[in-house]
Amino acid sequence: MQPIFLTIALAPLVAAVIAGLFGKTIGKAGAHSITILGVGISCVLSFYVLYQILFNGMATFNGAVYTWLVSDGVTMDVGFLIDRLSAMMMVVVTFVSLMVHIYTVGYMHDDPGYQRFFSYISLFTFSMLMLVMSNNFVQLFFGWEAVGVVSYLLIGFWYTKPSAIFANLKAFLVNRVGDFGFVLGIAAVLRYTGSLDYATVFANLDKFAAAQIHISGTIAWSAITFTCICLFVGAMGKSAQVPLHVWLPDSMEGPTPISALIHAATMVTAGIFMVARMSPLFELSETALSTVLIIGSTTAFFMGLLGIVSNDIKRVVAYSTLSQLGYMTVALGVSAYGAGIFHLMTHAFFKALLFLAAGSVIMAMHHEQDMRKMGGLKKYLPITYWTCLVGSLALIGFPGTSGFFSKDALIDAVHLSNRPGSGYAYFCVMSGVFITALYTFRMFFMTFHGKPRMDHHTEEHLHESPWVVTVPLILLAIPSAVIGWFTVEPMLFEGYFNGAIHVLPANDVLVRVGEEFHGSPIEFFLAGCKALPVWLAGLGVLTAWWFFLKKPELADAAERRFKWLHSILVNKYGFDWFYENVLVAGARQLGGGLWRFGDQIVIDEGLVNGSARTVGWMSSVMRYAQSGYLYHYAFAMILGLASFLLWILWRT
Amino acid sequence: MITLTDVLVLSGILFAIAVAGVFLNRKNIIVLLMCIELMLLAVNFNFVAFSRYLGDIGGQIFVFFILTVAAAESAIGLAILVVVFRERRSIEVEDLDSLQG
Repeated sequence: MQPIFLTIALAPLVAAVIAGLFGKTIGKAGAHSITILGVGISCVLSFYVLYQILFNGMATFNGAVYTWLVSDGVTMDVGFLIDRLSAMMMVVVTFVSLMVHIYTVGYMHDDPGYQRFFSYISLFTFSMLMLVMSNNFVQLFFGWEAVGVVSYLLIGFWYTKPSAIFANLKAFLVNRVGDFGFVLGIAAVLRYTGSLDYATVFANLDKFAAAQIHISGTIAWSAITFTCICLFVGAMGKSAQVPLHVWLPDSMEGPTPISALIHAATMVTAGIFMVARMSPLFELSETALSTVLIIGSTTAFFMGLLGIVSNDIKRVVAYSTLSQLGYMTVALGVSAYGAGIFHLMTHAFFKALLFLAAGSVIMAMHHEQDMRKMGGLKKYLPITYWTCLVGSLALIGFPGTSGFFSKDALIDAVHLSNRPGSGYAYFCVMSGVFITALYTFRMFFMTFHGKPRMDHHTEEHLHESPWVVTVPLILLAIPSAVIGWFTVEPMLFEGYFNGAIHVLPANDVLVRVGEEFHGSPIEFFLAGCKALPVWLAGLGVLTAWWFFLKKPELADAAERRFKWLHSILVNKYGFDWFYENVLVAGARQLGGGLWRFGDQIVIDEGLVNGSARTVGWMSSVMRYAQSGYLYHYAFAMILGLASFLLWILWRT
Repeated sequence: MITLTDVLVLSGILFAIAVAGVFLNRKNIIVLLMCIELMLLAVNFNFVAFSRYLGDIGGQIFVFFILTVAAAESAIGLAILVVVFRERRSIEVEDLDSLQG
């Protein structure tokens, strides 16, 4: 199987290199053909691997392909761990990536950077595959950073736009903060287990669990709590959890296909995947899991609220991504890793779909993203409309859609958990359901229903997107709608993840959720229909319909009435303000001070110019010795020779 | 009978004359070059003397090399001198002070 795994990872890389380096030679058609071919091969083979695991009982593959270096007993390999978790991630990543590749053919049609874009997204697919297929921390970190770099490149894809450059720098810097924690976590794992290989680390957990760490003074920390929190800081950066979430809304400056692929479906879920992968570690630390739970629920609720006041269609979807990532993190926090990964999978499909649908709308509107200038697009964009409706319904958890199964299981798991903080989390995810429905259908109604608010010129040119755009929409709408029916049973209750995810029996809330729904997805469906979340979601849709479609003046009135609340939300709770005016400004002032004192005064004036001046002064004295007459120099030489001879004579 | 010491004293005197010539001569570069030649000859004397004294022919062979090099050196020196004269219309040592700091 090893050649297959290698092909899966390397096919997109080869395609990226060809499209990137020889883009001019092979032209636009060549660039998209080769990258689609590369990702297509990966996708087909990933499905094959999943099929082998599911139906032919293929054993978990764990092996090194290449030893990169061995230093002081620590081996750093390039290796693959292909179990049920990574096989599922590979399928999701390559499938969504393939859809986005096809979609991009239409979306980036007239862009001068066409080949570059294809090269980047193929490179991204390679990096993401390396991340999920890895069997050790070094390769995980490699993939982690590589997807970060490609994300940076793609947010700043339109590099002449100042806001894009600002956004990609911001994303990169915020991710550095998270990565710092991540590296510390990896270092702690290495320190306490002496290995970077997953299997070895998980086999040595006993002494790790007993170890204590002294950070300052005599206060002892549990080493495993410290490590898990450090690793989770990395996940917070990559998966945009409060307070490291600020980069994700700004990343919408990039082209829409990458918002779908990178900033919704795959890369931002890397943190969730990583925590699930590290479940044996996290299970040992109640404190770390509580931290995860609190941060996740805060993100889920408060970031969702921001979606209500945003008028940029992509930003609304971005805030919903933040909120849904919060949901997944909450699932991790209550040890329901399976539910988190399940939501990750369904979310990948319906969020990619929503982004691509938003992109289709933006294309039809001639790159106008403001929803206040849309409206009534239903009759112009029928396919986009229906697929977007499927995506929105899945997002709010409409009964029967994929999002319904994952979100309902997740909320039940939180409800049944008794981890510290789960009460708060339950409140957050429950209100989040209402909020999600509210902003999703606000976006939906403002875009597709009501009176057209665009100018005449735009309205005349409105037309449905070409087939390369609509086919991926339809192909993504199918799993968004129905995949829950097939996967909810095995993934949550029948131990699909056994062997890949470890949950202590005492913590296993999913088993308790499963006890309530023994039987088929139908029973789950019927029970879910009667539960609170569905009604909250329905209420949210109704509220959105009432406020933004039926009586838009009510929304304006509410905005005026709750001016303070509105301004808090519009200012995004002041996170950006705080970072820019306190942290960044503080760092700049510190840097400015060091520059003026340390650099300008000590180094420039003192060391550099000072030594030059000293040399200049000394030479101005020495130059009197230079008469320019040959015989003076010769005399000096003779004198020197004589004195050396004398010295030798005297010595002996 | 001429002893080794006699020859070494002669060569020392020749060398001293050459050094004095370099230092005291303020007029003419040609004299400078000649002084340098004289120094080399003094050294050659030493070579020959020691070669004879030690019965080693190597020293005398070395003298031929030194003579060859000295000839090449004076050829270059004179060529430079000609160029200097063309440039400055003078070969007086006093005038050649462009190295002054």
